[in-house]
Amino acid sequence: MNKTAQVKETSPGTDNSTKVTGWRLFLKTVIARAYPRLIGQQREKSWMFFDIFLPMLAVSSYVFVYRAIQAPEDYVGFAVMGGAMTAFWLNVLWGMSSQLYWEKEQGNLALYIIAPNQMMAILLGMALGGMLATALRALAIIFLGSVLFKVGFVVTSFLQLFSVFMLSMTALYGMGMMMASLFLLLNREAWHISNLAQEPIYLVSGFYFPINSFPFWIAAGASIIPLTLGLDAMRQLIFASGPALGFVDVRTEIIVLLVLCVVFLVGAKFLLAHMEKLAIREGSLTDSRR
Amino acid sequence: MSPLAIETRNLGRIYKIRGNKKEKKVLKELEALADVNLQIEQGELFGLLGPNGAGKTTLIKILTTLLAPTKGEAFVAGYNVLNEPQLVRPRINMVSGGESSGYGLLTVRENLWMFSQFYGMPSKEANKRITDLLKLVGLGDRINTKSSDLSTGLRQKMNIVRGFMTDPDVLFLDEPTLGLDVSASRDVRALIRNWLEEHKKRTLLLTTHYMVEAEELCDRVAIINQGKVLACDSPVTLKKRLQEDVLFEIKTSRLNGLTPDSLEALPEVHTASLCELEDGALLKLALVEESALGPVINTLSEKNIAILNLKKLEPSLEDVFVELVGHSIAEAEKAEANE
Repeated sequence: MNKTAQVKETSPGTDNSTKVTGWRLFLKTVIARAYPRLIGQQREKSWMFFDIFLPMLAVSSYVFVYRAIQAPEDYVGFAVMGGAMTAFWLNVLWGMSSQLYWEKEQGNLALYIIAPNQMMAILLGMALGGMLATALRALAIIFLGSVLFKVGFVVTSFLQLFSVFMLSMTALYGMGMMMASLFLLLNREAWHISNLAQEPIYLVSGFYFPINSFPFWIAAGASIIPLTLGLDAMRQLIFASGPALGFVDVRTEIIVLLVLCVVFLVGAKFLLAHMEKLAIREGSLTDSRR
Repeated sequence: MSPLAIETRNLGRIYKIRGNKKEKKVLKELEALADVNLQIEQGELFGLLGPNGAGKTTLIKILTTLLAPTKGEAFVAGYNVLNEPQLVRPRINMVSGGESSGYGLLTVRENLWMFSQFYGMPSKEANKRITDLLKLVGLGDRINTKSSDLSTGLRQKMNIVRGFMTDPDVLFLDEPTLGLDVSASRDVRALIRNWLEEHKKRTLLLTTHYMVEAEELCDRVAIINQGKVLACDSPVTLKKRLQEDVLFEIKTSRLNGLTPDSLEALPEVHTASLCELEDGALLKLALVEESALGPVINTLSEKNIAILNLKKLEPSLEDVFVELVGHSIAEAEKAEANE
C-alpha cells in the first residue's frame, strides 16, 4: 500500500464525527449565509431612507403624471406595485449578481470555496436572505403608497396571487444566481454591467406602466426578466382594470414563470459548476489584490 | 514511516499575463511554481520560507483547491486536489495574513459561527469552541464586538480562530502573524503549538517572512525562491549544512603570551584568532569537532588564563536563506519597494 492510500484510511482526522454532511450541511449553509442579510436590516437602519423614501419619490412622480393626465385610477396602483417590485430588482442586481465579485475582493469567496459546503447553498442563502430582507422594504412601499395615494385593491384570487409572487421571486432570484455565476469571472466589469442593466430593465419590464403599452415582441422579449410577467400577473389579480390591461392571461404567465424558474435554477447550478472550474483554472477565485 | 498529509509531485503553475480585453492574446507567461516536490508527514509543522513572489501563496492556493496546477499533481490528506476537491475540503482550512473576510456588521461570534456552519458544525459545539479559542488568543472580551470595530491585529486574531475552529486535519496559515504586535504573535505561536500537541495527526503548513518564527515553530522548512524549492530540511540540519566548522567565541582574562599558532597546533583546531580587549581578550575558534574544545581549555588553564565567557556560535536560518537565495527577505522587499 502506498503512502497516499494509507492516509485515506486514517482521514478525516480529529473531531469530524460531530459535523453534519449532505442535505443538513446544505441547509446549515443556506441559513448561515442568509443570516448577515437579515441581521443587517436591524443593524443598519439607513435602508429605511434609501430603500423606502427614495423609491417613493419615483412612485410619486408617476402618480402625479397619471393624475395630471387623468389616467384611470388603477394606474396609480400600478405605479405603487412597480415601486415595490423595484426593490427586488435592485436587490437581485446589486445584492446577488455582483455579490460574488465583492465577496472575492473581500476574501470571502476563497473561504466559501475551500469549505465543504456547496456553492449553490451559498447562493441560495444569499437569495433567501436578500428576498426576505427586501420583502420588508417592498411591503413598506406598498403600505405607504396605498395610504398616501388611496390605492384600492380588488384581489380576485389569493391563491393565484401567492403563486405568482412566489414563482416570480423564485425565477428572479434564480436568474440572480445564474448572473452571479457569470460574474464570477469578472472583476470591476461586474459593477459596470449591473449599472448598465439597471435603468433599461425599469423601462422594458413595465415597472411603472402596463407592459401591453409596448409592441408584443418587445413585451415578449422583456418577459425573460421574471418580474415583467410577475408584475403583470399580480396587477391583473389585484386591480379591477388589471385583466383588461394585462399582457397575456394569468394562467399563461404562471406557466412561463414556472419554466423560467426551472431554466434559471438549473442554469445557475450548471453555470456555477462550470464557472468555478474555469475560475480555478484561470486563477481568478481569489481577490485581485493578492 | 508515518503517512503523508501533503504531497506534491513535479508541481508547476504558469500564469498567463494577458493583454487588454480586445487583444486577449497572452503577453507573457510567468512561472510561479516549477517542479515542486514536497512530502509532508502527518503531525508535522512545515514552514515555507521565501520572499514576495516566491510562489508560496500559489502553492497554498493549489493545495487548498483554489487554483489548478498547470503541471504535476498535489495530494492533501491523500486526495488529489484537482480531481477530488470535495474530499480535500472537509479536511482543510486556511487563514491568510491581512485578510478581511467576514462581514463588518456581524459580531466576532456571529462571523465565526457563520463560517462554522459552512463546515457543518453543530451550533452549540461551534459556540463553545469559539468562546474557548477567543479566550486563548486574548479576544474573549470582544466576542460581541462588531468585526468592523476591531483593529487590524484583533481582526487577524479572529481570522486565526476561524482557521482553528473547524479543527482541520491540515491547516494552511499564510503569513498568519502579519501585522500582529509581538505579544499577539506570541499568543498565536502558543495556539499553534498547543493545537498540534493536542492531536499528533494534525498537520500545519505555515508560510512566513519571519525567520525566527519558522526557526522556533517548524519541524522542517522549505526555502523557496522564484517558484523553486532550494532546500528542504529541519532548521537544525539546514544550519549545519551551512557551517562545516564548530565555532566558539571565548572571552578570557589577559593572554599571558598565548599565540594563535599554539592553539592551531592542537588537534582538530581549524583556526584560532585572538583579539586583545581592555580587560582581557577575545578568542575565536573554528573547530573540526566540538570535542576539540577540551584541549583548548586545558591550554588556557596551563597558561593561567581565566575563561570569563564561552559562547557557541551558530548560523541563523536567515544566514541559510541568504546563502541559498543570495539576499535576505528584507533586502528583496526593499529592492521591490524601490522598483
